[in-house]
Amino acid sequence: MIRYFLSRLVQMIPPLLGLTVILFILIRVGGDPVAHMVEPDATDEEVQLVREAYGFDRPFIEQYFTQFGLIIRGDFGDSLRFHEPAMPLVIDRLPATLELALASIVVALLIAIPAGILSAVYQNTWIDFLVTTASTLGRAMPNFWIGIMLILIVGVQLRWLPPSGRLEFSSIILPAVTLGTSIATTLARVLRSSLLEVMRRDYMTTAHAKGLKRWTVIIRHGLRNALIAVVTVFGLQMAWLLGGSVIIEEVFAWPGMGRLLLRSVLLRDLAVVQAGVLVFALVVMGTNLLVDLLYAYLDPRIRYS
Amino acid sequence: MSTANLSSQNASEVRSGLRLRWVRSLLRSPVGLLGFFLVSGAFLMAIGADFIAPHDPAEFNFRSRLEAPSWLGGEPGFFLGTDQLGRDLLSRLIHGSRISLLVGVLGVLISMLIGVTLGLVSGYVGGFVDSFISRVIDTFMAIPFILLALAVVGVVGTRGGNSLVILVVVLGLTGWVTFARVVRGEVLSVKNLEYVEAANALGQHNFFIIFRHVLPNFTASIIVLATLQIATVIIAESSLSFLGLGVQPPTVTWGIMLADGRDHLATSWWLSTFPGIAITLTTLGMILLGDWLRDVLDPRMKT
Repeated sequence: MIRYFLSRLVQMIPPLLGLTVILFILIRVGGDPVAHMVEPDATDEEVQLVREAYGFDRPFIEQYFTQFGLIIRGDFGDSLRFHEPAMPLVIDRLPATLELALASIVVALLIAIPAGILSAVYQNTWIDFLVTTASTLGRAMPNFWIGIMLILIVGVQLRWLPPSGRLEFSSIILPAVTLGTSIATTLARVLRSSLLEVMRRDYMTTAHAKGLKRWTVIIRHGLRNALIAVVTVFGLQMAWLLGGSVIIEEVFAWPGMGRLLLRSVLLRDLAVVQAGVLVFALVVMGTNLLVDLLYAYLDPRIRYS
Repeated sequence: MSTANLSSQNASEVRSGLRLRWVRSLLRSPVGLLGFFLVSGAFLMAIGADFIAPHDPAEFNFRSRLEAPSWLGGEPGFFLGTDQLGRDLLSRLIHGSRISLLVGVLGVLISMLIGVTLGLVSGYVGGFVDSFISRVIDTFMAIPFILLALAVVGVVGTRGGNSLVILVVVLGLTGWVTFARVVRGEVLSVKNLEYVEAANALGQHNFFIIFRHVLPNFTASIIVLATLQIATVIIAESSLSFLGLGVQPPTVTWGIMLADGRDHLATSWWLSTFPGIAITLTTLGMILLGDWLRDVLDPRMKT
C-alpha cells in the first residue's frame, strides 16, 4: 500500500510540470506581462527597468527555469491588488473552499445514495421515473442558475436561510445544496446502473436463497459492491465540484479561493491567478489520490503493481 | 452498365430504408422525440431570430422598465416582461440563443478536431508519442474545465470585438480531452484486430488504415459524445458570460442576461428565471438527443 501511495505521488509530478508550462506560456501569450505591472503613464525607461527587474528580458528558457525555481518555493510574486505575496493570499482562502466542498459532498451523498438505491430496487416504478427524470434535469441545468433560484426562493422570498456570505453557520446550506446536487445527479445515475448490474449476480441470488432479508442482501451484498463504481466516478466529479465552486462562491459571495481567483482574473492580477490555478490543481490531484486509496480499501481484488 | 445501375439503385434503396428506420426509431422514442423538438426549436429560434422576435432586443423603453410578464399584469406587448432598461425579455432570449448555439457547435467542432486527431495518433502510434499525449491529457484532467477556461480568458482577455472568437477557441481548447480519451481507448481496442493487421500486411499506408479501417468503428461514439459535449459547452459559455468573462455586451447571451437579472433578484424574478429555463431546455434537448443517438447508433454503450 505504501509503495502504491508513493508511486501515485510520483505520477502527480508530470501533470504538475505540464501545468507550470501551460501557465508560463499563457502569461506570455496574453501580451506583454510588464504592461500590467506598471502605471499606465509609465515612461519607456520605467517599463524597461521593471522588465529587467523581473527578468522578462532574458531568453524564454531561462525565464521558465527561473520562474520554476520560484514556484517550487511557492513564490509567485506579489499580488498587484493587495501588494502582498500571492501564495499566502490563496492559502488563506483554502479552508473556506474546502469547507464548502466537504459540505457539498455530504449533501451529494445524502441525496445520491438513497435515490440511487431506491430507483434501482424499484426499477421501472414511479420512484425510478422520478429519480431518473430529476437526474436528467439536473444534468441540463447550469448549477449557478440552480443557486440563483435557491437564493430567489429560499433566501429572498421565504427568508428561511441567509442568501449569501459566510457570517452564520447556516450560510453554508444553500451553496452546499447547489454544488451537492450538481454532482448528486451523476452519482445517483452511476449507483443505480451499477446496483442494477450487481443485483443480477449469482451471489445475490445465493444470499436470498440462504434466507437473508431483502434489504440486508441489498445493503450488505449489493451496495458494497455497487459503491465501487461510484467511488471511481467520484474522483472525476471532484474536479467538476471544485471547478463549479468558482462560480458558486461568486453567486453566494462565499469568501473562498474560487472567488479570489475570479476577482484576480477580472483584474488581471496574474500572480494570484497562477498561484490559485496551481493550488486548485493540487487539491484536485490530492482528492483523486485519496479516492484511489479508498478504492483500494473498498475492493481488495485490486492489486496495485 | 446495367449491373452498375442495379447496384446503385439497391444502395439508394438501402439508404432510404435506413433513413426510414431512423425516423421510425425516433417516433417510437418519446424522449428522443422531445430532444429532437427542443434542439430543432432552439436552432430555428437562432436562425429566424430577426423574424420571430416581437421587438428589437436592444431597444430601450424607459417608460416600461422592469415590467412583469404581460400575463401577470405587466404591460401588454411584453410577453416575458422587460429588463432594467426596458428591453423586451422575450426578444432578448430569442436573440441570445444565437451565441449559445454558435459557441456550442463551433467550440465542440474544434475540440473534436483536436481530440480525435490526438486520440488517433496517441492510440495508433503508441510508444513515446502515446505516453507524451497521455501525460498532456492527465494535465488537462487535473485542471477543472471551467478553471482552465477562466485562466485563459483572464490572461488573454475578452474585451473588444474579438471576444466571441477567443471564447470559442478557449472552450474548444479546453474540451478536447474528452474526445481524445475516448478515441484513444477505442483505437487501442481495434488496432490489433486481424483486419487491421491484414491491411497493414497488404502494405496499405498508415494514414489510409486509420481513416478507412480504424476511424469508422467509432464515428457513432464520436457523434454521441459531440452532442452531449455541446450541452456542456453551452453551460460553460453561459457560466463564463455570467461571470463577465464571456462575450461582452451589447451582444445578448443568456449568461449575460442572468448576470443582469441578479441585481434585481428581489424585485424582478423573471429576469433571472427565464434565461435559466432557456439554457436548461436547450441543454436538455441536446442530452436527450444524445442519449437517443447512443441507443440507436451504438447499442454497446447503452447503460
